[in-house]
Amino acid sequence: MKERLIGFLLFMSALVSIASLAVITFFIFEAGLPLIFRVGIGNFLQNSIWQPSGKTPQFGIAAMILGSVWVTLGAIMIGVPLGLAVAIFSAELAPPWLAAVIRPVLQLLAGIPSVIYGFIGLTILAPVVRAAFGGPGLSVVTAALILGIMILPSIVSISEDALRAVPRAYRDGALAVGATQWQTIWRVLVPAARSGIVASIILGMGRALGETMAVIMMLGNALQVPRSPLDSATTLTSNIGLELAYASGQHREALFATGVVLFVLIMILNLLANVFTGRLVLWRSRAPSLSTMRTLWRNRVPASDRRSS
Amino acid sequence: MHYPLVLGLLILSLFLTGCGSAASAAADQLTLTGSTSVTPFAEQLAETFEKQHPESHINIQGLGSSAGIQAATNGTVELGMSSRQLEEDETEQLQPIEIARDALAIIIHPSNPITDLTSEQVRAIFTGSISNWSEVGGPDARIVIVTREAGSGTYGAFEELVMNKELPAQSALRQGSNGAVRQIVAEDADAIGYISLGIVDQSVKAISIDGVQASTAAVLSGQYKLVRPFLFVKRKDAQLSRLGEAFLAFVLSAEGQQELVQAGLVQGADAQ
Repeated sequence: MKERLIGFLLFMSALVSIASLAVITFFIFEAGLPLIFRVGIGNFLQNSIWQPSGKTPQFGIAAMILGSVWVTLGAIMIGVPLGLAVAIFSAELAPPWLAAVIRPVLQLLAGIPSVIYGFIGLTILAPVVRAAFGGPGLSVVTAALILGIMILPSIVSISEDALRAVPRAYRDGALAVGATQWQTIWRVLVPAARSGIVASIILGMGRALGETMAVIMMLGNALQVPRSPLDSATTLTSNIGLELAYASGQHREALFATGVVLFVLIMILNLLANVFTGRLVLWRSRAPSLSTMRTLWRNRVPASDRRSS
Repeated sequence: MHYPLVLGLLILSLFLTGCGSAASAAADQLTLTGSTSVTPFAEQLAETFEKQHPESHINIQGLGSSAGIQAATNGTVELGMSSRQLEEDETEQLQPIEIARDALAIIIHPSNPITDLTSEQVRAIFTGSISNWSEVGGPDARIVIVTREAGSGTYGAFEELVMNKELPAQSALRQGSNGAVRQIVAEDADAIGYISLGIVDQSVKAISIDGVQASTAAVLSGQYKLVRPFLFVKRKDAQLSRLGEAFLAFVLSAEGQQELVQAGLVQGADAQ
């Protein structure tokens, strides 16, 4: 009886979380889609002129899409090599005590509010970029540098889990046939952990794409298609964050429409992450699961097994 | 044909509700909605007013001029706040009360040798047709334009007063507040921006426009042109509540006005 009650409560909680997702989806699309259809999907996505007020308003988000792409790719270029290096070091090379320090420190990095990152970018990094390269300082490169650090925790923790989850036999086998430690890592362990590493990169992309506050502070928010990494730009999220407070009528609808595009992009990224971790198998009739992280966590080799065998 | 009767009943009911709340001695409530530019000043005035009238409570909501005008039009609030003039269709139903005037200062980095620009030059800089400081007699450096986001009252005022409805250059940086614009300009030697005169400080330099330095005196004499009104708006056909009436009277009184002037604004045309 008691068990059935608990089961029922858990079922209800699951239902609530799915229902809230459904409601959010419904409202974003309901508020944004009419405008997309009115201005035309092609025009909305390809026009780079965003002029929400005035007599002849224009709603084109091409410049923001490109801004988001540039900033996200920049963050990946900085965050992935760094994150992968930390993950490899922490999982394979570092003495256990050091690995035990790195993990909580990175968790701490994830706990810093994004406004603090933005403030650091605005007050410390932007003047440096301005002095070194010219331009306004608030630029794609500034935002990408800081975002690259902001996405480190997700990249490191998932990649490290994936590396640790590689069966002990792979490591032993590689070493037994005479591979050096580096060859073992680069030729055996990293390829074996590939799906987890790719998933971590995609989740990092999602985080960079979705970041708002820090980007508003560091990117300068110019409504132009960035032509160089030193140009200021606007992302999909930062434009919503910047303008929503004052927006009304069509302008507001257009911001929700921007949200629709963002929603679709993030959904695609999450779907890809699930595909790469094997949570979502498209070519077999298996039910897709919701969480990427949980499988990785469940599949990881417990520390006791790893060290004792 | 029953209009006067209905109006009379309406006023009577307003009067009665006014009496009722006064008699019940519960806290009087008044809500003002509108321009985020007016909000900090309205909050300050409300705070002083509440000290003098401890039984009353005034809520100030900064949602933007258009939202304030709309809220006053459809009767959601008694008083709306706007930092732009009412448009023609809006004046049909609403009465504007100018509580103060705010000058827009054009600011540049203190190290920039420029001290004066014509309004045409300012427009050309912000539209991007002048893109180097050397074209207006300054150093050879690319101009970094800092503007506000579409929809903000300051942007609306600048668009109207300077830009002639032309659009700012695409490369213009956009910031979400007066303070953010000031910070960017204070840090970038090549930047130009515009903020409320009241919050100009040592970190930036306000230049004169067409030979007139932005100052309270120049605004009062009408010489400085980049001036926008801070308005309270109310429906023409509605009577203010007792608290609304009292607060408005306080804002327009010598005491209220002095507080606004000390905060960096210029006396409103409707002040006593």
